[in-house]
Amino acid sequence: MTETSQPRAVGRPLARLEGADKVTGRAPYAYEHPFDDPLYLHPVLSTFARGRVTGVDASGAEALEGVRAVLTSANAERLADTEDREFAVLQSEEVAFHGQFVAAVVADTPEVARQAAGLVRVDSERSPHDVVLTGDHEGLYRPGSEDGPASDTEQGDVGAALERAEVLVDHTYRTPTEHNNPMEPHTTVALWEEGAQRLTLYDSTQGVHVVRASVATVFGLELDQVRVVAPHVGGGFGSKGEAHAHDVLAAMAARALPGRPVKFALTRQQMFCLVGYRTPTIQRVRLGADRNGRLGVLVHDSVEQTSTVKEFSEQSAMCSRWMYAAPHRRTTHRTAALDVPVNFWMRAPGEAPGMYALEAAMDELAQACGLDPVELRVRNEPGTDPQSGNPWSDRQLVRCLREGAERFGWYGRDPAPRSRREGNWMVGTGVAAASYPHLFNPGSVARVRYGDDGRYEVGIGAVDIGTGAWTALTQIAADALGCSAEGVRLRIGDTDLPTASVAGGSSGTSSWGTAIVTAARAFRAEHGDSPAPGASSQASAAQDTVDEGYAVYSFGAHFAEVRVHADTGEIRVPRMFGMFSVGRVVNPRMVRSQFLGGMVMGMSMALHEESFRDPRHGHVANGDFAEYHIPTNADVGDLRVDWLEGEDPRATPMGSRGVGEIGIVGTAAAVANAVHHATGVRVRDLPVTPDKVLG
Amino acid sequence: MEATITLYVDGGRHDLTVDTRTTLLDALRDRLGVTSPKKGCDHGQCGACTVLLEGRRVVSCLALAVAHDGARVTTAAGLAEEGRLHPVARAFVDHDGFQCGYCTPGQVCSAVGMLEEVAADWPSHVTEGLDAPVRLSDEEIRERMSGNLCRCGAYVNIVAAIREAAR
Ligand code: FES
Ligand code: FES
Repeated sequence: MTETSQPRAVGRPLARLEGADKVTGRAPYAYEHPFDDPLYLHPVLSTFARGRVTGVDASGAEALEGVRAVLTSANAERLADTEDREFAVLQSEEVAFHGQFVAAVVADTPEVARQAAGLVRVDSERSPHDVVLTGDHEGLYRPGSEDGPASDTEQGDVGAALERAEVLVDHTYRTPTEHNNPMEPHTTVALWEEGAQRLTLYDSTQGVHVVRASVATVFGLELDQVRVVAPHVGGGFGSKGEAHAHDVLAAMAARALPGRPVKFALTRQQMFCLVGYRTPTIQRVRLGADRNGRLGVLVHDSVEQTSTVKEFSEQSAMCSRWMYAAPHRRTTHRTAALDVPVNFWMRAPGEAPGMYALEAAMDELAQACGLDPVELRVRNEPGTDPQSGNPWSDRQLVRCLREGAERFGWYGRDPAPRSRREGNWMVGTGVAAASYPHLFNPGSVARVRYGDDGRYEVGIGAVDIGTGAWTALTQIAADALGCSAEGVRLRIGDTDLPTASVAGGSSGTSSWGTAIVTAARAFRAEHGDSPAPGASSQASAAQDTVDEGYAVYSFGAHFAEVRVHADTGEIRVPRMFGMFSVGRVVNPRMVRSQFLGGMVMGMSMALHEESFRDPRHGHVANGDFAEYHIPTNADVGDLRVDWLEGEDPRATPMGSRGVGEIGIVGTAAAVANAVHHATGVRVRDLPVTPDKVLG
Repeated sequence: MEATITLYVDGGRHDLTVDTRTTLLDALRDRLGVTSPKKGCDHGQCGACTVLLEGRRVVSCLALAVAHDGARVTTAAGLAEEGRLHPVARAFVDHDGFQCGYCTPGQVCSAVGMLEEVAADWPSHVTEGLDAPVRLSDEEIRERMSGNLCRCGAYVNIVAAIREAAR
């Protein structure tokens, strides 16, 4: 157990330090740094899902005034390393999904680039494609690698326990393809200098060092030949957690035209093909219990898709390994590689779809046992981690459920479905649990330097994608250095700063904060409390700050009230309440925002989001904000959150755990369970839309 | 085809030559380097590009620059006076009405324009009756701000910020 630093700045609700820059629009995002004489890139995408490009006629495009280059697989440079096939941009004629880059135009203005891209003629030889995931797809295989988490787990005698169960819930739940859709489109501005020896990318990314490593590998460069800059990023929710093909394309185009920056902002529509998405899932959950609701057996089998280009496996059944006590348990994952774009992280990959299925099934079990859903969960609380047998560092699920229920006004409800009606509106309430593992990414490094102005300059290549890292890391540094927040000048978002891990898996503040605390301790040990100007220390986060002997997770409970219109099936969510336990809260103002935002996205998952992939052509047919629905202001009602005071020194030296993802986990189940309570209709495929409710 | 136009942006005069296909948003961002309005969709679907055009809120990605020769444009950057934040912008900071900040300049401009519409008693979908004075309830704020998407889901705080700024 590590000693926690004395909190003075940590825990205070400081306003965002970059707030004034953001509300005025002065904070520069990737596209917005001042560039001299930039060029603009517009790509040409494949319009078929599988086959070959047999010819590209660029003559019409090249004839336009202002066009500087048309890149195709015939003239593009050969990349040094394309082992990661997502980065094999314009390296062959093969097409593996609808929306793949097949050419790109670079021009003096965005209008000309776009017009010219429309004039590029692509001839092709198309092959039959397969873009539809089914539960019994013949290509299903067990995904995963040696070093990742096991795809399958089994404890006890599942078959016998299923037979013995007095009450058995056995249903299949489906979640659709969903797209992250951060508000700022993925953007890269690429500039080669020094005779095409040094590359700078102004990138919209969750990890500058992550992008640098990928791009350096692809182009066969040393790390110090690549600089990636991202002081402000307009959201990511996972999709900006790695470089994608557009980074490579922009860098290739810029190398063909050295000395001039090439700006490439994906359109909203292009983001539905090129920057990842959440796989659809088909999840069968079996819960076997005695009449009192005590689980004897829990089986969670998840079927998902990935691309033929590279595998990304969403671990949706993982949550069933730690949520509830059950002596007999099995979890499996199966994946089919389809002719679809590369899927990737989307906020709480695994837990978000997985906890929807598990928590919807728990609601069905509560109903089958005639038990209150809160009480059912309390009865199945495991004393230790069912996977490892380790004690919990800070498992507060029961308190979240009970206090949340109290605050929401849960108790006293008539559990019978369809029992409450107000005019034409059927009213119901639902609950679901939330949990997210505490993740720590080793390897982050921080530098502390005492400046001439008497302030500590703290540098780390972290990125603020809206989490509040600018402010939270400043607070952590202030406490670790024993000064006020004003005494710290933070620098982030640049590979010229010490290495930092990705802003992902709710691990950013934990991993970077630990590095900062470590560097601050080193600084104080080396230079004392009255350092000379210019004194500096650098240190990396220890590899083992998380106590291995404990199961370290965050928990929460969601409560939702929904109203469903009896005639139209319209679903409204007038009230939601979320109660969380995340260890010590570094900045209450911003943590609250993270929870609220996660819950809005979870409600969105429940009711709105679905990317329709057209089986004939393999593209997403509703690929823009008019048709891919996310909540508007009017869709969000009285949404409140709170958390249990606490600290978890086994997680980080700050006593905090991650907060970015737990808000979305379980929300969809709470809303769907409330819809069932309101209407008596159990919708088992998200999103829950009026047609399904009216059924 | 190109055209030469004049825009008055945040109080400054700009004479510029634009492709006649250039949107007002791209004229601001690409030609003038005024990047306060953001591009989230380029299709009038998200509100990130909202500016005040002659005092009224518009999505600048759906306006052609050439059609607004001589126009007065105010962005969120131009709402600040003498380095002091506009009260609506100040309230967004105080209430944490944003996370990533990318939708925010559009939200702020939209809120400022919206409050003018309310002051002029323009009814909305949720207003009772067409002639009565408009009372700025939370429901009215939510309805009137629904043209500005926020993927970070800061809506609760956006409503709180506007409620306070309107007082
Ligand atoms: S960019 Fe104009 S509305 Fe989205
Ligand atoms: S603050 Fe990120 S989209 Fe609104």
